[in-house]
Amino acid sequence: MDFELNPEQELLRDNVARLMKDRYGFEARKTFQASPHGWSEALWRDYAELGLLGAPFAEADGGFDGGAVETMIVMEQFGRALALEPYLQTVVLCGGLLKHGASDKQRAELIGAIAAGELRLSFAHMEKQSGFDLNDVATSAVKDGGGGFVLNGEKTLVGQGDSADKLIVSARVSGERRDRDGIGLYLVDANAPGVNRRGYPTQDGQRAAEIGFADVRVAPHDVLGAPNGALPIIERAVDETIAALAAEAVGAMSEALTMTVDYLKTRKQFGVTIGSFQALQHRAADMTVALEQARSMMYLAAMMADEDDAGERTKTMSAVKAQVGRSAKFIGQQAVQMHGGIAMTYEYKAGHLFKRLTMIDTAYGDADVHVRRLADRTSLFA
Amino acid sequence: MDLRLTEDEIAFRAEVRAFVRDNLPASIREKTVAGRRLSKDDYERWTRILAAKGWGAPHWPQEWGGAGWSPVQLSIFLDETQRGNAPEPVAFGVSMVGPVIYTFGSKAQKQRFLPRIIDLSDWWCQGFSEPGAGSDLASLRTSARCDADEWVISGQKTWTTMAQYADWIFVLARTNAQAKKQEGISFFLVDMKTPGITVKPIQTIDGGHEVNEVFFDDVRVPADALVGEENRGWDYAKFLLANERNGIARVGVSKARLDRVRQLASIPVYGSGAKIEDPFFRAKLAEVEVELKALEMTQMRVISAPRTGKPDPASSVLKIKGSEIQQATTDLLMEVVGPYALPYRESDDMSNEPPVGPDWASPLAPIYFNNRKVSIYGGSNEIQRSIIAKAILGL
Repeated sequence: MDFELNPEQELLRDNVARLMKDRYGFEARKTFQASPHGWSEALWRDYAELGLLGAPFAEADGGFDGGAVETMIVMEQFGRALALEPYLQTVVLCGGLLKHGASDKQRAELIGAIAAGELRLSFAHMEKQSGFDLNDVATSAVKDGGGGFVLNGEKTLVGQGDSADKLIVSARVSGERRDRDGIGLYLVDANAPGVNRRGYPTQDGQRAAEIGFADVRVAPHDVLGAPNGALPIIERAVDETIAALAAEAVGAMSEALTMTVDYLKTRKQFGVTIGSFQALQHRAADMTVALEQARSMMYLAAMMADEDDAGERTKTMSAVKAQVGRSAKFIGQQAVQMHGGIAMTYEYKAGHLFKRLTMIDTAYGDADVHVRRLADRTSLFA
Repeated sequence: MDLRLTEDEIAFRAEVRAFVRDNLPASIREKTVAGRRLSKDDYERWTRILAAKGWGAPHWPQEWGGAGWSPVQLSIFLDETQRGNAPEPVAFGVSMVGPVIYTFGSKAQKQRFLPRIIDLSDWWCQGFSEPGAGSDLASLRTSARCDADEWVISGQKTWTTMAQYADWIFVLARTNAQAKKQEGISFFLVDMKTPGITVKPIQTIDGGHEVNEVFFDDVRVPADALVGEENRGWDYAKFLLANERNGIARVGVSKARLDRVRQLASIPVYGSGAKIEDPFFRAKLAEVEVELKALEMTQMRVISAPRTGKPDPASSVLKIKGSEIQQATTDLLMEVVGPYALPYRESDDMSNEPPVGPDWASPLAPIYFNNRKVSIYGGSNEIQRSIIAKAILGL
């Protein structure tokens, strides 16, 4: 057992940290947020140059042969800076779908383009009725007779779906709405005829889209994997995404704690720095404990993200998501409380860390959802 | 970074697990599982089994009988022995005074005491807390004055765990009343049979007798009872308290207790069926498991970090979370036992009285009451929070 990063990983961490420090101050982030995409194209090119966009992919597919640890390193730094770029959607989530679901030829083409910074993807999966149940898919895929498919349906809350170049769409070829079998994955050009996108801002400063599909045609070479057996692939990619979100959350939590402690050391009331008050010292200590527990789960998630045993993997990710969600809520709320009024202002970063942490808890099921799942399974120590 | 156990570590875990399974006497295991109190003989028996295997003090330097294991192996060892329901080592010797002696003691002290700690030939207890010196330990008032070539110790210690079994006690006593309070304390090794020492039991809320008051009435001890230098005792005490980062979280103990919770919760006793069928109960159990899983990783991170020889404030994180989880596991036990938490049994010694309710029920409420101590002893959780605020956050 060894928690040390290797020299390449240390270099990766230092490079991302430096880039964020130089280019991603909170004032710069406001500019990126206000731009048409809601994120920075220039930074995206920098990510490509630094090799971040190809980090978790196999060399044979056009990547740099990294894995979950590399994703963890990048996402933690992004979390500190509250980065807005569609890294999670493109590289982690859609990248995961491609890694596990696409053919050699598709991977060679698409992953190379992702790594080069030329292709942004979003996963159009969730539907109004589905909540956090990944198997709940009503959007239909009907064979067109020539090896392709025709898609009809509505997808909701598609992360950065308004700026994506292409969408990976889940749709049902067979079975009932909540059946595990019968779901396929389809690659669709975001501007294809019949695709109707309505983008909007989200609470955490990012963007999402409601996307309708009306008789959207999918060519045979854009079908990803077997058209009726995609759910395990989706679950796997979502587990990898949960691991990445854990790292993003740890980055945001540690930034929130750092800001809070700095504030306690400088803010004066009653003639002394407020950090001299034991009530606040002990709260900050509790935040530290919560952060370390979440950080431990971030490592556990990175370790288990590559696990082939789906049962063990999803169980672990539920534990990770539950702990990270609990820690994120506590640290986010306390960061605001201990800053006082200043953290209530839109112009100050602490409140935005809180908001992103809140949305990370909600994503793919909040802590309660995952605790409930664990409650129906065997012990974590079985 | 590779967070999986290596093949060697997995093999080591299997070896420890098998050893505990094959060598832990059944009568002791039954008591530990049930949560009944262990006798002095139980502790001695198990410690000697470990010592015979060379595992009596595995974390010590090899020259003094340590096993030469890595921090990860030590952690696996603790985890497996705890989860295997073996008695915990009597910490006062092997984890507390032992390291002080081999780090700061004289050659004669090392040779005399260390081998007898490993197999529990000498049972040690801790003379730190006093009625007026709890969290503010440095304000202690027990004094030691030099008289010819002897030290004369006077004062009172309290919360002295298992002093009733002890052969020796290590004592913090004031040797310079004029110095700053931390700088006038010395560290002594005292034979419990020395005239002038009186031990009085304290009964705790669970009904048990673990802790005692120890009175020193002009207790005369030889010059070589002093460890290290005069008036440096506070440094040794801090070393001792911070030295135990491996094991402070007691992850294996909590795992074993959760095993017990699941086992008992599966027995239908009353109401609508087995407790485990209640989804609300299972959710609470899952919450505790999640925290424990995270703590297990936190512990691994702490023990894998290079040792600096200085107190590691990460120990405070382990102490706070470890004690909270231990207490949470006892909350679950209380839920499992339900209405049969009520009857109070004066003693564990099986009287001829039949138990009221299921025969496993009676020790559970005492475990719950007793475990309130874990967030109080060894530096209360409030003290630990202050350490984190100061040493980690710089507040």
